[in-house]
Amino acid sequence: MTCKELVELVTDYMEGALDADASARFEEHVTACPECLVHLGQMRLTVRAVGRLRGEDISPDARDHLLASFRNWRREG
Amino acid sequence: MSGEAPLPVGLDANEERLVAELRAGSEEAFAALVGRYHASMVRVATAIVGNRAVAEEVAQDAWVGALRGIERFEGRSSLRTWLFRILTNRALSRQERERRSVPFSSLASDELDAEEAALDPERFLPADHARWPNTWAVAPESWAGAGEERALAAESHRVIAEAIDALPAAQRTVITMRDVEGYDAQDVCNALEVSETNQRVLLHRARSKVRRALEDYLQEDDAGDGSPG
Ligand SMILES: [Zn+2]
Repeated sequence: MTCKELVELVTDYMEGALDADASARFEEHVTACPECLVHLGQMRLTVRAVGRLRGEDISPDARDHLLASFRNWRREG
Repeated sequence: MSGEAPLPVGLDANEERLVAELRAGSEEAFAALVGRYHASMVRVATAIVGNRAVAEEVAQDAWVGALRGIERFEGRSSLRTWLFRILTNRALSRQERERRSVPFSSLASDELDAEEAALDPERFLPADHARWPNTWAVAPESWAGAGEERALAAESHRVIAEAIDALPAAQRTVITMRDVEGYDAQDVCNALEVSETNQRVLLHRARSKVRRALEDYLQEDDAGDGSPG
């Protein structure tokens, strides 16, 4: 497995989608190749950083609008 | 009832109670659910339709659909997954109408048909290099320590959000569902009608581009010429 091949397999590796043989070769490579290990770490960190975008709250307007829809629905029965 | 952490996937006692209260017409239960899931639904819809105002409408409409369907909700999936399905169905049909009948699946296959490397080929030595074919020519710099902190800090949110917005629709949708909102691969495959392999290809391309944007952002500031943006 070359470095160029490895970078294309990082997501498959992280998703557990590589077969046992490919997964072992992937791990063997990153153990021996500091650059690819750094790259794998950056991809993992990217996933964590993207996860930080969560957590915005609902706007008061949207909330009011939804509660009005709810009251309509309840009236309709 | 506001400000609770998102529920783990699976119908727990709390969710079961909310569903029962909702069926009984409790506005408080509805407000709690809306507070918990609406912002997330809008983000997913925005990724699909590519427009925040349209996405807000789609999400509002999905809630009305959910209320009308709550009697039929059987709890075989979590409420969150059930809402996600209602939302994605509506967002995808809305997207198809807005895009003059280009279905999302054909956007996805166009993206999948295009060859695309995770990194600029210049980052690697050529395949015919005498000693180190296809190894790093320009190695990635470690983000350990300060880089990691800055990648995770609030200031990087704009960089990440812009990088996601700039992605083609299918990649933007998959990374939003998976990495921003934390839905399972299986939920995403079902919603978008893509295979697991294709879902991973789209996710890989999306993550690779966001990684590059973060790399540029971290390097920009390393250069430290002090000029404001
Ligand atoms: Zn390597």
